[in-house]
Amino acid sequence: MTRERLYGWGRTSPSVAEVLAPIASDVENELHRAPRLLARGLGRSYGDAAQLAGGTVLRSSEMATMSPISSDGRVTVEAGVTIDDLIRVGVPQGWFVPVTPGTRQVSVGGAIAADVHGKNHHVEGSFGHHVLSMRLATPRGIISCSPTVESELFWATFGGMGLTGVVLDAELQLIAISSTDVLVDTTRFNNLDAVMNEMSSGDHRYRYSVAWVDCMTTGSSMGRAILTRGDHATESRSELAPPREAKLAVPFNAPSGLLNPLTIRAFNELWFRAAPKQRRDEAQSISSFFHPLDGVRDWNRLYGRKGFVQYQFAVPDTAGETVVDAIKTLSTSKVPSFLAVLKRFGAGTPGPLSFPMPGWTLALDLPVGPSALPGVLDQLDELVTNAGGRVYLAKDARLDPAHFRAMYPRYQEFLAIKHRVDPDDIISSDLARRLELIRK
Amino acid sequence: MENAFGQPQTVVVLGGSSDIARELTTKLCAERARTVVLAGRNEQLLNEAAAEAQRAGATLTPIVRFDAEDVTSAERAVRESFEAVGAPVDLVVIAVGLLGNQEVDENDPAAAARMSIVNYAWPVSALAALRERMIAQGAGRIVVISSVAGIRVRRGSYLYSGAKAGLDRLCEGYADSLIGTGVTLQIVRPGFVHTKMTTGMKPAPFSVDATKVANDIVAGMRTPQRIIYTPGIMKWLFAILRHLPAPLWRKINEDR
Ligand SMILES: Cc1cc2nc3c(=O)[nH]c(=O)nc-3n(C[C@H](O)[C@H](O)[C@H](O)COP(=O)(O)OP(=O)(O)OC[C@H]3O[C@@H](n4cnc5c(N)ncnc54)[C@H](O)[C@@H]3O)c2cc1C
Repeated sequence: MTRERLYGWGRTSPSVAEVLAPIASDVENELHRAPRLLARGLGRSYGDAAQLAGGTVLRSSEMATMSPISSDGRVTVEAGVTIDDLIRVGVPQGWFVPVTPGTRQVSVGGAIAADVHGKNHHVEGSFGHHVLSMRLATPRGIISCSPTVESELFWATFGGMGLTGVVLDAELQLIAISSTDVLVDTTRFNNLDAVMNEMSSGDHRYRYSVAWVDCMTTGSSMGRAILTRGDHATESRSELAPPREAKLAVPFNAPSGLLNPLTIRAFNELWFRAAPKQRRDEAQSISSFFHPLDGVRDWNRLYGRKGFVQYQFAVPDTAGETVVDAIKTLSTSKVPSFLAVLKRFGAGTPGPLSFPMPGWTLALDLPVGPSALPGVLDQLDELVTNAGGRVYLAKDARLDPAHFRAMYPRYQEFLAIKHRVDPDDIISSDLARRLELIRK
Repeated sequence: MENAFGQPQTVVVLGGSSDIARELTTKLCAERARTVVLAGRNEQLLNEAAAEAQRAGATLTPIVRFDAEDVTSAERAVRESFEAVGAPVDLVVIAVGLLGNQEVDENDPAAAARMSIVNYAWPVSALAALRERMIAQGAGRIVVISSVAGIRVRRGSYLYSGAKAGLDRLCEGYADSLIGTGVTLQIVRPGFVHTKMTTGMKPAPFSVDATKVANDIVAGMRTPQRIIYTPGIMKWLFAILRHLPAPLWRKINEDR
């Protein structure tokens, strides 16, 4: 039992908690012993979702066993098993994860709690759509749930950011692949309208699709973008081998200011120059297509001591202009931003805190420092709320309670479900307190 | 909880009716602060500050009364303030201070003691009362309003500046003692600030108003720096002034 300072991936507002790494059968005891408790995976959420100041935090690292994969691609994993583990074990047997976020270093517990989405959300939905059942440890005991058993609790857990209980294990449905290659089409666009038109009309033809948008150019090239789309190759050109480890690492915090408008602009420029105007059926590896950032370990330290925030929002299909307005707001406000990620979403999961909605999602990486930044993001909250959209809690580190309630109007339904299994709010987090989901 | 930009939601202001405290409170309420405890001596001024905070966005603004001339009131003031919040306290501001009247006080043993009690002993007792409460929270920030006057003590204000010097230096050690606890302490060193406390005094160069001080504090809270100078130039100015030969130092302070 040690007191430890816990950060999110953005390294912005750490807090200290008592940190334990129990095996699954000890979780229930901890729930009865600790006055306040939270589960944590690999800390890849950007803000304060996996922190509980002054409380007990259970790391899932000792909950890491995996069943054999059945002949129809089902596997039961403990919550601490990672997407990386699943890919390593599954790929050589011809199985791939149904959904992967932009990094493989995410636990199954974290993937469930945030209901993570990948490049295939517009056709295959989020992680929750591929979980067959799970076991949750709650102050009211261990509860097995699925889309048919305890379904309200099951769905509330997706997007519930760990607040409905500790996921012990889950049964997942994997997808079959016959090659480790992904065949990718790349197209470069000179402005935002052009890329959004192409995504609206053509994304349904691809399993995976994502666009990188430059938020630092203004005028006619505002929002120039690179769109990459693809699917797993069907015939095997290479052996089914697991992806390789990261080769580079950032050993310490870079000086704040290394990433400034100038260097970011230069980076964005290089990125664009490097992309082809148009290329079809290029074979890429799983790593380079799905997890390009995993090639450099601890890259978040490049942002220096002040850290960085990510702002990701979703808006309905009818509010495409909100994406344009958001990028305009940023590009005119002198707040530097790395390439933003733009994607189309399909329907969310049925739970009250589900993030995705049919339409658009945009994610922006922003170094902390510019004095205008907090205000600019408050402005974006207003834009997004008015468009009927919402901010992704797994990335959030600065939303206020009033906008949270407006963006997630079903939050009371969520609390009612939570309170059935946790009437005394034993399960809590810094995020939940910041958003006033929990007051004490 | 404080967010990624160091914007608190629950605030306790010890010395809540001072001009700097009021500007800071208003600014924090315009951002995320909703519960603000205003603690101090003058009830009427505290009520004014509370109304101001509400106009700026606060929803809960309890008042706690104490007299900083009585060191034994510090523990009670801290306890009552925390009870009034009823949740973890994100930020505690210590803005208690008394400028006094140097010419009179320096020959009056009781008045001289009062200067060090209000400016030093009371804040130190409050810091002690805060310590375990904040550490138990596992997060939180303490902001202590010090003064550049404490960097090098002047003949014309040594009772005030000397006490601030003590508090300022003590806070450096206190801040070190918090490393690894999730709690941080920041020392604010303003230059000459135009406030009701300094009316009638001859302003020093680079004087600022309380609004500027509040803005600089809020900006400083977004950074991990331990010392917040306001205006920023004070950092460089005093890097020189502190090493000035004594006769020269006396000379430039002759009329002050
Ligand atoms: C480089 C990078 C790229 C990313 N790309 C994407 C992306 O494309 N799509 C996307 O959706 N997300 C993305 N994310 C976000 C990430 O997928 C989520 O934040 C995910 O939740 C992180 O998982 P984790 O194991 O690190 O969980 P943590 O960050 O440790 O925790 C996240 C939440 O899960 C809860 N939790 C963890 N374990 C359990 C458990 N056993 N039981 C109950 N609750 C639990 C925690 O309480 C917390 O609320 C990205 C993050 C990074 C760093």
